[in-house]
Amino acid sequence: MDIDPMDVSRQLYPDLPPGFPYEGFDLEELILPAGDDMGIKSDDDDIKDEDVQTQSGFGSCIVIQNLPKAPEEKYDKLMGVVRTIASKLGDVRDNGIFMPLDEATKTTKGFAFVELARKEDADAALLDERFVNGYQLDKNHKLTLSRFDDFDKYAKVPDEYAPLEPQAYKQTENVHSWLADKLGRDQFVVRHGDTTVVCYNDGKRGRADVAYQRDFWTESFVQWSPQGTLLATMHRQGMAIWGGPTFQRINRFAHPNVRLVDFSPNEKYLVSYTSHEPATARDSFHVKIMVWDVRTAKCLRMFDGPVDEYAVGSSAGPNGALKWPVFKWAGGRDDTYYARLGRSKISVFECPTMVLLGKESLKMDGVQDFEWSPSEPLLAAYSMEQGNQPARIVVFKIPERIELRQKNMLNVSDVKMFWHPQGTYLAVKVEAWTKTKKSTTTSFQIFCVKDKDVPLEVFELKNNKERVHTFAWEPKGHRFAVLHGDGPRPSISFFTMRDDKGRLGVRELKMLDNRACNALSWSPQGRNIVLAGLKNFNGQLEFFNVDEMETMATAEHFMATDVEWDPTGRYVATIVSHVQQMENGINVWSFGGRMLYSMQRDKLYQFSWRPRPPSLLPPEKEAEIAKNLKQYSKRYDEEDEQLLQQADADVLQERQKGLDEWKAYVESRRNYAMLQLDFKRELYGPRFAEKEFTIQKVMVEQVVDVKEEPYNTK
Amino acid sequence: MRPYLLKGHERPLTQVKYNREGDLLVSCAKNLQPCLWSSEDGRRIGTYEGHNGAIWTCDITWDSDRLITGSADQTVRIWDLPTGKELCQFRHREPCRAVKLSAGERFLAVTSDAFMESQPAVHIYNFAENIEDQSTEPALTWNVPKGRCTRVFWTDCNRKLITSHDYGKLRRWDVETGALLQEETVHEDAIQDMQMSPDESHVITASLDKTAKLIDIESFQVLKTYKTGRFVQSAAMSPLFDHVVMGGGQDASQVTTTAAQAGGFEARFFHKIFQEEFGRVRGHFGPINTIAFHPSGRSFTTGGEDGYVRVHHMDLDYYTTKFF
Repeated sequence: MDIDPMDVSRQLYPDLPPGFPYEGFDLEELILPAGDDMGIKSDDDDIKDEDVQTQSGFGSCIVIQNLPKAPEEKYDKLMGVVRTIASKLGDVRDNGIFMPLDEATKTTKGFAFVELARKEDADAALLDERFVNGYQLDKNHKLTLSRFDDFDKYAKVPDEYAPLEPQAYKQTENVHSWLADKLGRDQFVVRHGDTTVVCYNDGKRGRADVAYQRDFWTESFVQWSPQGTLLATMHRQGMAIWGGPTFQRINRFAHPNVRLVDFSPNEKYLVSYTSHEPATARDSFHVKIMVWDVRTAKCLRMFDGPVDEYAVGSSAGPNGALKWPVFKWAGGRDDTYYARLGRSKISVFECPTMVLLGKESLKMDGVQDFEWSPSEPLLAAYSMEQGNQPARIVVFKIPERIELRQKNMLNVSDVKMFWHPQGTYLAVKVEAWTKTKKSTTTSFQIFCVKDKDVPLEVFELKNNKERVHTFAWEPKGHRFAVLHGDGPRPSISFFTMRDDKGRLGVRELKMLDNRACNALSWSPQGRNIVLAGLKNFNGQLEFFNVDEMETMATAEHFMATDVEWDPTGRYVATIVSHVQQMENGINVWSFGGRMLYSMQRDKLYQFSWRPRPPSLLPPEKEAEIAKNLKQYSKRYDEEDEQLLQQADADVLQERQKGLDEWKAYVESRRNYAMLQLDFKRELYGPRFAEKEFTIQKVMVEQVVDVKEEPYNTK
Repeated sequence: MRPYLLKGHERPLTQVKYNREGDLLVSCAKNLQPCLWSSEDGRRIGTYEGHNGAIWTCDITWDSDRLITGSADQTVRIWDLPTGKELCQFRHREPCRAVKLSAGERFLAVTSDAFMESQPAVHIYNFAENIEDQSTEPALTWNVPKGRCTRVFWTDCNRKLITSHDYGKLRRWDVETGALLQEETVHEDAIQDMQMSPDESHVITASLDKTAKLIDIESFQVLKTYKTGRFVQSAAMSPLFDHVVMGGGQDASQVTTTAAQAGGFEARFFHKIFQEEFGRVRGHFGPINTIAFHPSGRSFTTGGEDGYVRVHHMDLDYYTTKFF
């Protein structure tokens, strides 16, 4: 007989809501009523298991082809070679290698079967960097690997071409709709509690308008694509990307337990990462990184291996962890190259083929760090000092691998590289040991990449022993700011790379002393900078104009943890995130430091502006607009004025509505209040009306104690 | 606004209360002596000696002749308010959290916490006019679900009680039978304080979920929400204007050595209807545990975890400024 557990629970616990008793229940018995999803939308409705199922049971079997055809007497020797190669692939099963002999010619057939211990090993071997482009055994023999099952699979491919059923074109929403906002507003996403909200920042009217809101949208965080077209959400099954005015799902990527993601700069590719716990004590952490095509949601390449293979140099965080992103994308209009750091090499991969560029990595002894130029395929790499080989900084041109410029240095303790956002300069902060090796001096080597022959500018602060906290290029400009100083209140210095006539040379512009500042945040348009004292400095903000060299405003967002400029440089958001226990919220300021509005959100986990794609206007046109700004702005000023009046009217109306509602409420409770009053009047009788009273001073004498003592005359 | 700083307690304050006319102020704290103050100039008139534990709460009679205090020493005591003489005490087996006299003062409601085997409970006593007739046994007692019962009020012509609880719950009880009539979860965390509006049609609740809310008594509907971004320990309504004031701040156990400002220990003024903040009053260097408005609305008093009571008399600007 079938027992309906719902019925049973209803009988046992008649007072409780349907489902289960809340206390002392067995988790196994937990059954949700049909159609009740507890308000949590499921995303796994139509995820299919795309894993290739191996039907033949030879999933862990690999075929090595292009082996030499050896006569029978050399069979054992060749077998030895094959065994060595096979051991590089993974754990080979006992008697797992079989190399057939041709009965007729008495020579080997030129291929061998290798059976590995696990299917995963075979998967990994087929993607192994050493084999994927062929393994050069000798001059004439380049080995290739294939999965045994693939032979069957490809043999079954019909010889006749059957045209694929064309899939009906599905109209997607305009993913750039937010750029066409009539009021030119920017969006931001806020994640607080279980809710994710995308808002329009309406700085003119001092408020944020919700564009889209959804609970339980993501399981860990959300991330905008670099040009703002897409929003990625993280789930147990993988990632999903969303876009358009109603944030419809555009694609999904199956990568179980995905931890981190990274888009390529032009949103063509997506890199995702997971790390797996070691299965046995001898194993180390295992990382799995997948590269996806954003538009088709196909996995283009997978990297899999122990974490220490990936956590090298600057990619290594504390405790051998991995520092994201492992793969860095080259700048430029199309996402052509990406690269990662290896031991004494940089592996550059080419898109869309996903193969190692030139089939070998860029060798560089002791390489510790590299950075791509944001605008073109230039790669700056730093290699450590080793023995009598000096530390080197090299700028490579990819794919030619030409060294454009290099610099050797001695006694280096640390190097940090900062590309200018437009790729015009590369600043390298070099910390070198003094002779005593007890302290360091800091100098800056600036490569002027866009100039002829890549001239190198070297400069130091006046006091080169001072600690340098931060270095920040002005986006769209030739200036930079340095935060330096040993005391509790550091200084900020501004420098320019060019004088008025455009001649190269580092010049100091101004130094601001003694500031409660630990973070520099340039406006994306340059010119303005926010000097922020976050966290320990309690959220001091100074809005500084570098053109005029004057402070526009000082303000405070108490306990602020982050400062974020909007992509147009019109507004600044300061955030108190959940790392602070209280006062979580966002303040939005004008670029000049005028407070526009604030949003209180408890448990504020994330805030990020939606990026904008780069402007399509040529620089000349932009310059022309800047020149005739007054003309252009007149039209918009009128619109703004109207908008503001409307907003004021809205607020007043809203208030009036609140007042009216309140009056109505008080009116509706008047009877009750009268009743209470009458009731009290009745109970207290004459005492109720006694309103007047006088304050009298009354002296009260109280005898605390009486004690008799003889008076001593002596 | 120059406050009077009243230093009468060396332990955290738990409740401050004005009498009906507002000339007297009683402060309860975790030390053993509640204090009586002149609210006008902050003079201490006297103390009430006898309790043996923290005093959680107090209530004052209509004529200001008696004071009732509830304490963690498991007693509720009735004092002669002008002389400080103890008149009577009710012994419980558990700490007393809240006391409230009914309209007309024929009954006294007392709530007690869970302790050893006892569940939290509500007790109703007859409150005798002559102290000689006072019975020390409750007329009615009923248990309430687990969690502290932080405040109690008599409503609906003494027919019903409303109580505020941990876990953000409000409950309504029938006084004659002790039956639970209604239960609503209005906050996400414990309700620390509840105060009645002058016309007794709504209450303001202060909660650890960082909000204070205005709640209709008849339906338990939330009318207004005041978001502060910090724990709210106490909230009061102005009898004069549509203003509410609330106090609280960082949890005392987590107050660190950072700037005093980090704690958020100010008293904050919100507009009652627009739910917008328009002013803050600084001063305490610990969380504000209790806050009360003078019956005239011309001054207010705060009591802090720092052991100080501050009596603030409003400046002229408070009456003349148009805040909205």
